[in-house]
Amino acid sequence: MIDINLTLNGKKISDQVDADSVLLDFLRDHDCYSVKRGCETSNCGLCTVLMDGMPVLSCSMLTVRADGHSIQTLEGLQEEASSFVGFIADQGADQCGFCNPGFVMNTIALLRENPDPTDDEIRAFLAGNLCRCSGYEGQLRGIRNYLNSRVKE
Amino acid sequence: MITFQKYVKVQSLDEAYELNKTRKNRIIGGMMWLRTGRGSVNTAIDISGLGLDTIEEDDEEFKIGAMVSLRKIEKHEGLNSYSNNAVQSAVKDIVGVQFRNMATVGGSIWGRFGFSDVLTVFLAMDTYVELHNAGIVPLSEFVNMKRDDDILVRIIVKKTPIKISYSAVRAQRTDFPVLACAVSEFDGMYKTTIGARPGKAILIKDEDGIMAAGITSDSAKAYADYVASHTPTDSNLRGSAEYRTHLTKVLTERNLLRIGGIE
Ligand SMILES: Cc1cc2nc3c(=O)[nH]c(=O)nc-3n(C[C@H](O)[C@H](O)[C@H](O)COP(=O)(O)OP(=O)(O)OC[C@H]3O[C@@H](n4cnc5c(N)ncnc54)[C@H](O)[C@@H]3O)c2cc1C
Ligand code: FES
Ligand code: FES
Repeated sequence: MIDINLTLNGKKISDQVDADSVLLDFLRDHDCYSVKRGCETSNCGLCTVLMDGMPVLSCSMLTVRADGHSIQTLEGLQEEASSFVGFIADQGADQCGFCNPGFVMNTIALLRENPDPTDDEIRAFLAGNLCRCSGYEGQLRGIRNYLNSRVKE
Repeated sequence: MITFQKYVKVQSLDEAYELNKTRKNRIIGGMMWLRTGRGSVNTAIDISGLGLDTIEEDDEEFKIGAMVSLRKIEKHEGLNSYSNNAVQSAVKDIVGVQFRNMATVGGSIWGRFGFSDVLTVFLAMDTYVELHNAGIVPLSEFVNMKRDDDILVRIIVKKTPIKISYSAVRAQRTDFPVLACAVSEFDGMYKTTIGARPGKAILIKDEDGIMAAGITSDSAKAYADYVASHTPTDSNLRGSAEYRTHLTKVLTERNLLRIGGIE
């Protein structure tokens, strides 16, 4: 077992992990159930979390590599997410909703990096978030409506 | 899924090299590819503490550390202005932003994967690989070297004045390419690299001087035919050998016309 210290959603955590433990399992063991298990081979984006503010796939990140870093999951970013998730819901974009947390996490990363993205920039940034139920148009319209609402303010 | 018994974050390349001599140990880059594999590894050798996650640029060259992420080369202004955005074009559709934040240049080049956009684009430039033991070798040699227990430390891209264009065909945006192609001109020689044939990227030079009189629509067609006739292709679930040979002609010609400013 290896000792690690990290910050999870603002709280300092010390723990011991196996050499091959991945962050996805560690986070779910620490009650972050927004982090979903999908493909586990870095294809679907369901397990997206922020490491030092940067979106990464927790299914493919060794937990030991989070040692000394700050990890944020949707549990810790409710307020930031609340500004735009209603717009996506208004479009009825989600159906089963399983892809939603990863999608929201990556949208947070997108809007931090590029607060005023074009539709093509949104599509490009979110290309690694797969949704099995929808055709992505509802999510895109939701984000667009949110951006338009900000312009009016 | 692959499993590890031990994990060592090494303090030096020598330490990594010693550990890597044991067959059951593995260097870990971004771990994206390794993670999809099976079997049991004894020690995961992590080189992420050695400062190899930076791109150094001077008048002569770019030195890209093995642990630099694909996202970093996608966004690097110097590298993309030098390569006329060919580097960005090559990596922008690799899975997603989160993935590219983790996958490394070192793992991508070391792997010499058949499908690699990364290998295809760098092979079309004046690129060298710095290995801990074997020293600096041209990427065109490294591609054909056997995988051994050496460590890729950096890749070096010389700022030789270049014209270059990259394009790939994918069945769907974030899938592996059906075919990848870069065309470049430097040191007075036209070069084409074809990746995802589906074999690993191959470099075809204009040895016959088809382009000697410059880029015209006729010379571009003739050179594209020449490249296709020198590029072995094969079939897999993404496309047939015939389709890939057809794409080789189309993408070579298109890239060539683009660097000639004709298209
Ligand atoms: C689902 C998926 C889709 C992909 N799609 C594409 C695509 O469309 N186009 C494309 O170009 N690529 C694609 N790739 C490949 C990807 O871009 C990387 O090239 C690949 O993941 C290897 O990089 P890594 O950092 O993850 O290396 P790792 O998986 O960590 O390592 C790969 C291999 O290289 C060795 N290694 C790593 N670093 C070094 C080093 N410095 N010295 C010596 N050995 C080293 C490891 O031991 C291992 O054998 C895909 C990969 C996956 C998993
Ligand atoms: S579960 Fe991590 S990318 Fe699919
Ligand atoms: S809503 Fe079901 S996967 Fe996206």
